[in-house]
Amino acid sequence: MTAGVTAMSRSMVSCHDCSLLVHLPAHRLHTQETCPRCHAGLHVRKSNSLARTWALLIAAAVLYVPANLFPIMTVTSLGAVQSDTIMSGVIYLLMHDMWPLALVVFVASVFVPFTKLFVIAYLCISVQRRSAWRTSERTRLYRITEAVGRWSMIDIYVVTILVALVQLGALATIDAQSGAVYFGAVVVLTMFAAESFDPRLLWDASEGRDE
Amino acid sequence: MTTAGLTACHDCDLLNRDVPVPEGGASRCARCGGVLRRHKTDSLDRTLALAASAAVLFVIANVFPFLAFEMQGDVTQTTLATGVDQLWDKGWYALAGLVFVTAIGAPFLQISLLLYVLVPLKLGRLPYDLARVFRLLRHIEPWSMMEIFLIGILVSLVKLADMANIIPGLALWSFGALIIVLAAANAALDPRLIWDRVEYSA
Ligand SMILES: [Zn+2]
Ligand SMILES: [Zn+2]
Repeated sequence: MTAGVTAMSRSMVSCHDCSLLVHLPAHRLHTQETCPRCHAGLHVRKSNSLARTWALLIAAAVLYVPANLFPIMTVTSLGAVQSDTIMSGVIYLLMHDMWPLALVVFVASVFVPFTKLFVIAYLCISVQRRSAWRTSERTRLYRITEAVGRWSMIDIYVVTILVALVQLGALATIDAQSGAVYFGAVVVLTMFAAESFDPRLLWDASEGRDE
Repeated sequence: MTTAGLTACHDCDLLNRDVPVPEGGASRCARCGGVLRRHKTDSLDRTLALAASAAVLFVIANVFPFLAFEMQGDVTQTTLATGVDQLWDKGWYALAGLVFVTAIGAPFLQISLLLYVLVPLKLGRLPYDLARVFRLLRHIEPWSMMEIFLIGILVSLVKLADMANIIPGLALWSFGALIIVLAAANAALDPRLIWDRVEYSA
């Protein structure tokens, strides 16, 4: 691995939105500049990336608890009320021998949000500890984490569709419950957390510490 | 050192020399392997054709019956927006908002902004405020989640299978086609071609 010549080291900033490479005199490198082409804010690195990522991540981790403990919906059928949590939804599919679908829902609703919290926390810590270990792989890990997070929305949509379809008052009704709100918040917060993390920090931290 | 002929990698900030990219190919960062540029074949024409088809499919998907639910003779017709309506009526405003934005609002904006950008360019004119509009378009993309909604439908159908009969409507098929067409439109788009059209003074 070679110590690379980065845009920052040459007093250049790459626009996050349109990729235009802009040369700035050193004293303007960390001031509020905008891209001459697309008017987006120019930042050498995403501003306050680590602090912002941690804040969003901790908020998501806190909401993750009620998201999984509280029911996401209730089914009222002939007076009997049955509550569903994220996990019981997966178990229901398993018991009906729909294991491919159970697997999809398990990965999207349980595995992805949980793993995402840990992976982003790990990436932040690895920057703070100035790790130089497998930076390429950590960058790839970031790209994957950023891409798969949205799939956790499946359960939110299931609740929506069931609520829409089953509105036959007397026979059965389905209503959303607070767990779904918390779960939706977790998905949105982790998406923002991934977005606010700047993978270039992984490389800055490993600079000069090549194995 | 000038910026000419150089591109910085979005993921690791390494300066890479611009190299010609063959049609259908991509250039990658020498250090982290991140994609620097993909060269799409016939990008503007293809994206425009796909976005126009997506607009038609979007209208069908939102106007016609989506799913019907039959239980002991009673039939409930729903459209794509019924779930959002119901959640809103029951006071779940945040959920209703989230579903509306990701399943209807974001795809709608995506299609309209694509057409707003591409139609004038095709006619040889510059769309008003191109830079700002195109930036907005790129920021909307991750929030458009129709394909995930479709998996949600699949799970719902399984859960209701014991309880009732579900009849798919025209809108559902249109919705499925829309997902494929819009994904193809995004895949055909070469953002660099659009940015090259934006005039600016450094
Ligand atoms: Zn820009
Ligand atoms: Zn790179």
